[in-house]
Amino acid sequence: MAPAIGNSAVSSNRASAPDQVSSPPDQPLVVIEPSRYWVPLDLRGLWAYRELLYFLTWRDVKVRYKQTLLGAAWAIIQPLLTMIICSLLFARMPGIKSEDMPYPIFAYAGLLPWTFFANAVTASGNSLVGSSSLITKIYFPRIIIPSAAVAAGLVDFALSFLVLIPLMFYYRVQLTPNLLFLPLMIMLVTGLALAIGMWMSALNVKYRDIRYALPFVIQLWFFASPIIYSASVLRGKLKIVLMLNPLTGIIENFRSALVGREMKWTSLAFSAAMTLALLVWSAYAFRRMEKTFADLV
Amino acid sequence: MKPVIKVKGVGKQYRIGGPQLPYQTLRENLSNTLRAPLKKFRRNGQGTFWALRDIDFEVQAGEVVGIIGRNGAGKSTLLKILSRITEPTTGRVELYGRVGSLLEVGTGFHPELTGRENIFLNGAILGMKRSEIERKFDEIVAFAEVDKFIDTPVKRYSSGMFLRLAFAVAAHLDPEILVVDEVLAVGDAGFQRKCLDQMKEVSQHGRTVLFVSHNMPAISRLCPRTVLLNEGTMLEDGPSNQVISSYLQSGLGTTAERKWSDMRKAPGNHIARLVAVRVRTEENETSEAIDIRRPVGIEMEFQVLEPGHVLVPNHKFVNEEGVTIFCATDLDSAWRNRPRPAGRYTSTAWIPGNFLAEGSIIVEAALSTFDPEMIHFDERDAVAFQVVDSRDGDSARGDYAGPMPGVVRPVLDWTTDFAPNEQGDSWPVQ
Repeated sequence: MAPAIGNSAVSSNRASAPDQVSSPPDQPLVVIEPSRYWVPLDLRGLWAYRELLYFLTWRDVKVRYKQTLLGAAWAIIQPLLTMIICSLLFARMPGIKSEDMPYPIFAYAGLLPWTFFANAVTASGNSLVGSSSLITKIYFPRIIIPSAAVAAGLVDFALSFLVLIPLMFYYRVQLTPNLLFLPLMIMLVTGLALAIGMWMSALNVKYRDIRYALPFVIQLWFFASPIIYSASVLRGKLKIVLMLNPLTGIIENFRSALVGREMKWTSLAFSAAMTLALLVWSAYAFRRMEKTFADLV
Repeated sequence: MKPVIKVKGVGKQYRIGGPQLPYQTLRENLSNTLRAPLKKFRRNGQGTFWALRDIDFEVQAGEVVGIIGRNGAGKSTLLKILSRITEPTTGRVELYGRVGSLLEVGTGFHPELTGRENIFLNGAILGMKRSEIERKFDEIVAFAEVDKFIDTPVKRYSSGMFLRLAFAVAAHLDPEILVVDEVLAVGDAGFQRKCLDQMKEVSQHGRTVLFVSHNMPAISRLCPRTVLLNEGTMLEDGPSNQVISSYLQSGLGTTAERKWSDMRKAPGNHIARLVAVRVRTEENETSEAIDIRRPVGIEMEFQVLEPGHVLVPNHKFVNEEGVTIFCATDLDSAWRNRPRPAGRYTSTAWIPGNFLAEGSIIVEAALSTFDPEMIHFDERDAVAFQVVDSRDGDSARGDYAGPMPGVVRPVLDWTTDFAPNEQGDSWPVQ
């Protein structure tokens, strides 16, 4: 045929041929059916997509501080400034106890896990709505989206940790074996952020009220957690609220592990149990709501 | 041969208002629950519709199946169910292989990331392993022809470069089952052809492809078998040429005709308003499919509300690649430079046969006054039709069946002078 209309111009850099496919298996690989009320978690399917979790986290981290002047310094500025302001305001105020440690250390050790928690829950809670183009066009386990938002927060968390080191030197804080509990505390706060963030993100798809309610709830949560004050200052009903807050045990023990004070086992056990329960419950709730995401988002 | 896709009795029900009102607020939901606490248990009543109903078919390994139907026929819903994006309300689908779906190219691309970074990100989103992406990286870059810009953020890419890169990643996905929606409606003609070739290549290696498109020439070239959907049900399933021609003849694609029944909402102003636009054949039938050899008439009906203006109907013809083929203004001497009295007018423009090339033609319909210059209405995608070549040998194709570029395809007068070789010819062949 005439070269003018043949394919010769195209074939030069065509992609190489994919490998020949083997014959299909006897059992279906995937069965698609309307699901029942309780959907299994499908952890195996999640494992198969672990690289996607990595790439989405990496994207979030990479993109977060693009076109900002200060870049990743923002991760440090936020808790550092809050700590300085709180130190100026509260350090000498009667009634604010910092459990016989220097107030800046006390506050920063509380603000670290809190800032991570608050940012992770916010990012995660808005993550599904912000990924509508992905959700309506491509299949993958949806849980990866809020999880990646939490995981990306861990990078900022690690950065803000760097400030703590000179601070601890300056105030001559002794390191103790309690430090070994720190990874457990980080796991717990990550787990709790994931539980809340995942649940909020799914609700946000259906009820956009979440977007407006979430910042407010987080603000209240800040005051209901022993971050800038010590749990020991509260009495009565307020104390009960504080104790029911799963963050209380995590923040108190995070601080104890870091500064080498006595671990508070009761509150730790309560927080750990609560975090685990919330995580399981929230994962099932997410799976149940997941099937309507593409239709609603 | 074994089936790799089994679809049994699949249906998808939506609540009316669901797709249009994409989300509810908590307050609405609470107040609805208070007002009608039992409503939750009577879901199957009014206020719902079936986007898909009782779909049954099987696809064998290595088959390439086209899915056609007009907008809203349920094609996209079917693809979304097969690619596990949304769940069916009834029925069951069994898939005997990994599914890769391409419902839109460039999903998940991030404008701030470089081409290189986006290849990895997009590959992972499409379900490729990192090692797999690394192995194919060079091929992807070469296919997309973006080597020089691979470390530039994609927000600085031209739209063509962006689409080439996006398709290149997707084209290198090799699942056993590939589900593709209309991605070929992008890019320039050369790149489209390359995409089609790549898809053909994929299917020749035993992979199963489901391909949704409005591009009938592409469907007929790629897919031996086609499924026709209409209003959520399967109307036909068979050899592509049969299904396509019955689809085009059935007038299911109403894009060949548009009417504005409510005069207040019709395009136009206080002087004139558009009533209807139609694509018709010489037999005066409204048709979406036009034989490449036959003339086609574009009929524009409009109401003149205010008398005394010189009005000129005019059209623009654009092909599926967005190329303007030509424009035309009404030259009918009866109304040329004559102010029109109020009333209903129907202007028809005839495009000769053997003029347009195969493919979709989108018609823009406008009504203008040139002095002083004024546009009364200008309806971009007013109607559309397909130019189809039945390949009987008497079109401009002759006996050639392959792809033929170009926006017009006239039948030319060819002449040949011939002088037979004779002994003692002055041009000896040794």
